[in-house]
Amino acid sequence: MDRNRWLLPLLLMLFVGLGYAVLSIPEPVEGLPKMLVDNMELGGVSNPVTAVLLNFRGYDTLLEMGVLLVALLGVWSLGGMPDYHESSPGLVLDIMSRQLVPVLIIVAGYLLWVGADAPGGAFQAGALLGAAGVLLLLCGWRIGNKCSGLPLRILIVLGLGMFVMAGTGLLLIEGEFLQYPPPVASELILIIEAAATLSIGTTLAAMFLGSRPGEADK
Amino acid sequence: MSYVYLYALLGVGLFVLGLNALIVHAHLMRKILAVNVMSTGVFLVLVALSSRNEGILPDPVPHAMVITGIVVSVSATALALILMLKLNRATGKNELPDRSRD
Repeated sequence: MDRNRWLLPLLLMLFVGLGYAVLSIPEPVEGLPKMLVDNMELGGVSNPVTAVLLNFRGYDTLLEMGVLLVALLGVWSLGGMPDYHESSPGLVLDIMSRQLVPVLIIVAGYLLWVGADAPGGAFQAGALLGAAGVLLLLCGWRIGNKCSGLPLRILIVLGLGMFVMAGTGLLLIEGEFLQYPPPVASELILIIEAAATLSIGTTLAAMFLGSRPGEADK
Repeated sequence: MSYVYLYALLGVGLFVLGLNALIVHAHLMRKILAVNVMSTGVFLVLVALSSRNEGILPDPVPHAMVITGIVVSVSATALALILMLKLNRATGKNELPDRSRD
C-alpha cells in the first residue's frame, strides 16, 4: 500500500490544475468560428461540422482514415483467433437481424445524404454500417470466400484511396492539395463521404471479426 | 453560461478517474476501459468548451475533432483488445509481467 500513498494527492493536484486551466480560458472566442462563418459559402455544404471535416480541415480526416486502415492492418497482422468459438444465434436474434440490417443500411444512407446541411455525415453513417456488420457477424454470417479477398480489400482502402485521388487530382488542376473549387465542392465532398462511409463501416466490422476473413477456415 | 464549465469540469473529473483506474488496476481489460473513460472525458471537455460563446453557434472545429476522435478510439480499442487476447494466449494471464514484485 506504501506505493499508492502518493497517488491520491497527485491525482487531486492534477484535477485542480486541469480544472483551473479549463476555467481560465478567456471567454470570448476570437477568430476561428467567425472565420468559418465568413467562409461558409466556399465550403460547398451548409453543415459547418461537415464543412470543417471534409473541406477546411480535410487533412485531419484524410489522416484519420489512414489511422483506421493502420489499426485494421495491425489487427490482421497479429493473426487470427482460432478458438473463437461461436454459438448459434437464437431464433429472435436471427429473425430480427434480417429485419434490422436493411433498416440500418437505409438510415446510414440517409445520414450520409443529410450530412450536407444537418447533423450527420460519413462517420455517423459508417458507424451504423459497422453496427449492421457486427450484427450480421454475431448471427453467424460470414463473408464468402469469393468476396473475402480482393473485393473486401478494395472496399477497405476505398475511403483513403478516394481521398488521396481527389486530393492529387486537385493538386494537378488547382495547384493545391485538397482545395476544392467552390462550384463542384459539394459533389466532391459527397463522393469522398460515400467512399469513406463504406470504408469505415467495413473496417469496423472487420475489426470486430478479429482475424482476416477466410484465413480462419484454412 | 456556468453549466458549460460544469460539463467541462465533469470531463476533467472523468479524465482523472480514468487515470486513477489505469494506474491502480493491473488487469489489462480494466486498463483498456480506463483509457476509454479518459478519452470520453477529453471529448466532453472539447464539446463543452466549444459552446462557450453566447449568441453565436457552437464552434464546429472541436465537434469535428471529437467525431474523428471517437472513431480513432474505437479502432485503437479493437487493436488493444486483440493484443490483450494475444498476451493471454502467450502467457495465460491478463496482466503484464511485473518484474519488481517477483
